Amino acid sequence: MSKTSLDKIIIQIAGENALIIYFGEQASAKTSAKVQQVEQLIRHYMAEDIIDLVSSYASIMVMFNMLDNDHHQIRRKLRVLLQQLSNNDSDNDSNDRENTKEYRAKLVELPVYYAQESGPDLNVIAKRANLSVADVIEIHQAQEYLVYAIGFAPGFAYLGEVDERIAAPRLSAPRLKVPKGAVAIADRQTAVYPNVSPGGWNIIGLCPVNMFDANASPIMPVQVGDKVKFSAISKAEFVALGGVLPTEGVEIK
Amino acid sequence: MTLPMGFLVKQPGMLSLIQDAGRFGAFNIGLTNGGPIDKSAFHWANRLCGNELGVSTVEISIGGLALVAQVDSVIAITGANMPLKINGVAKTLWRSHKIKAGDTLEMGFASTGVRCYLAVAGGFTIKENFGSTATVCREQVGGITGGKLVSGDILACHQVDVRVEYKQNLLLAEQYWPSYEQEVVLHTIPSYQQQHFSSGQQRLFFSSEYTVSKHCDRMGYRLEGPAIQCDLDGILSEGICHGAVQIPADGQAIVLMNDRQTIGGYPKIGSVISLDTAKLGQLSQGGKVHFEPISMEKAHNLYHLALSRFTRTALVVCD
Repeated sequence: MSKTSLDKIIIQIAGENALIIYFGEQASAKTSAKVQQVEQLIRHYMAEDIIDLVSSYASIMVMFNMLDNDHHQIRRKLRVLLQQLSNNDSDNDSNDRENTKEYRAKLVELPVYYAQESGPDLNVIAKRANLSVADVIEIHQAQEYLVYAIGFAPGFAYLGEVDERIAAPRLSAPRLKVPKGAVAIADRQTAVYPNVSPGGWNIIGLCPVNMFDANASPIMPVQVGDKVKFSAISKAEFVALGGVLPTEGVEIK
Repeated sequence: MTLPMGFLVKQPGMLSLIQDAGRFGAFNIGLTNGGPIDKSAFHWANRLCGNELGVSTVEISIGGLALVAQVDSVIAITGANMPLKINGVAKTLWRSHKIKAGDTLEMGFASTGVRCYLAVAGGFTIKENFGSTATVCREQVGGITGGKLVSGDILACHQVDVRVEYKQNLLLAEQYWPSYEQEVVLHTIPSYQQQHFSSGQQRLFFSSEYTVSKHCDRMGYRLEGPAIQCDLDGILSEGICHGAVQIPADGQAIVLMNDRQTIGGYPKIGSVISLDTAKLGQLSQGGKVHFEPISMEKAHNLYHLALSRFTRTALVVCD
C-alpha cells in the first residue's frame, strides 16, 4: 500500500461500540484485496478488543468491546495496524503476510438454469440493452466475478462487477417473495438468493446449489475474495442437481 | 431417547422467542446478532434467578404465553406491564417465584411496554446454533427450531430443590422498575453519512417528533414524520451497526435493531445508543420519539453509569 492510499483511509464512528474504516468510495478488486488484508490483521492482532466485524466493498465495520476500550483506543490500535501494513508494503520483508495467512482464493462454478420461467426479468434487461435474451445470458456467464461481501441475509454473497450492458437498476417495488436460488442483478452486482426472501433485484435464472447450509461443511460454497463463474444448464440438469422450480412460478411483475 | 423436562408450552402467545445475550462472530456468513431487545429487563430477569448474565431466557412480546411446569424450579419475569398468573393467582413481575411441577404460568397482554423476559434458575438449556441460542426468525436460526415458540415445545431447564438452593425469593425494589413511557428520547451519535445531510435537514431531524409506524419489529422500527433528505441516493453497501438510523429515499427513518440485516446500502444519519433502543423496543405503533444528538464520549459515560447502577443496585430478599 503506497503512502497516498494510506492517507485515503478514514476511520469514522458508526455507533456507540462500532467504528467503520473507509478505504475509498469505489468498488474495485484492488480495494477489496486491501479490505481483506486489513480484516486479517484485525482478526489476528485485535481479537481481544473486537466483538465482530463486517467487511464490505470498501469498508470494514468493527464492533468493539466497550467494557475494555473507548473509541480513541480502538482508533489508535487500528492506525498502528494500518501503519504496519504500509511499512511492510514498502520493505518486502513482511511478517504480517505470514501472520495473516493470506487467503488463497478459489474459483467456484455455479450452474444456472436461465429461462423465462426461471428468470422473469431477462426480457426487460434484454430490451433495455437492445440485446437478445441469449446475449444477456451469454454476457452474464462470460466473466469471473469477485465475491466482494457477504451479508444482508445468511449466505448472501455480493458478486461484481456485472458487464455494464446488462447492469439493471433495482425494481421500483421489491417482490415480496424471491425464490431460493434466484440468480439476480442489481446495478453492477449479481447474487444468488440463498433462501426465499423479499427482494428488489432482477431475476434472470435459478441456481440449484445450496448457498447456505448450516449443517454442511463448509456452510457456504464461497467466501469473500473467491471468484465465481456461472454456467448455463438445462431444465433437466437443474432438476437432476436438486433444483426445484417454485410451484407458484417465479412471479412475473 | 427421553424427552427433556422443563416447561411445556400450552400457548405460545403472540411472539415468544428464546433469547440469550446474542450471536456474535458470525457476521462473515451474514448472520445478525439477535438477542434481547430490552437488555436491561433481560439482565434483571437473570439476576433475580441468581443466573450468570446472558443465559437463555424467553422474550415474550405482547403476551399470551401459557406454560405448565414439569419440574420444580425458580422463575422471574421482568419488563413490560404484562399480567402474570401462577395457578390462576395474580403475581408480580420483577421478583423470583418458586415453581413446583404441575404449576401453570399464564401471561396476559401488555398494558404498557411490549416485551417481557422469563428467566429460570440456571437458564433454559437450549442447544446453541452458531454459538448462541438467540432466535432470529428471518434467518431460521436459534431457539428450539429456528422460529418462535409453538404449542407443545418443551423449554428444558434444571430441576431445583428449593429446600437446598434458592431458599429465599428475591425482589427488585419498586422504585427501580422502569415505567415504559409512550414517548421516548433517542440519544443518537451522529455518524456514518451524517455529513451528507445538510445542516437544515439535521436540524429538522433532531427537532421533529416521529411516530412509530405499524412496521416495527425486531429487525427495525420504521418511523413516520417530517421526511429527511440526504444528498446521496445510495452508498456502497457497508456494515450496519445496532441502532443505526437509515434514511431511505422516502425520507422516513428506520432505526435498525437486533435482527437487522448485516449490510445495507442506504445512507445513515447516526446511531441510537443501546440504552435508548431498549426503550424504543418497548414502544408499539403510535409511540412517539424524539432524536437528540449525543457525543460518543457522553454515550459511553451513560452506558457505564447505567452499568454501574445496575451492579450496585442490591436485590431485596422477600417472603
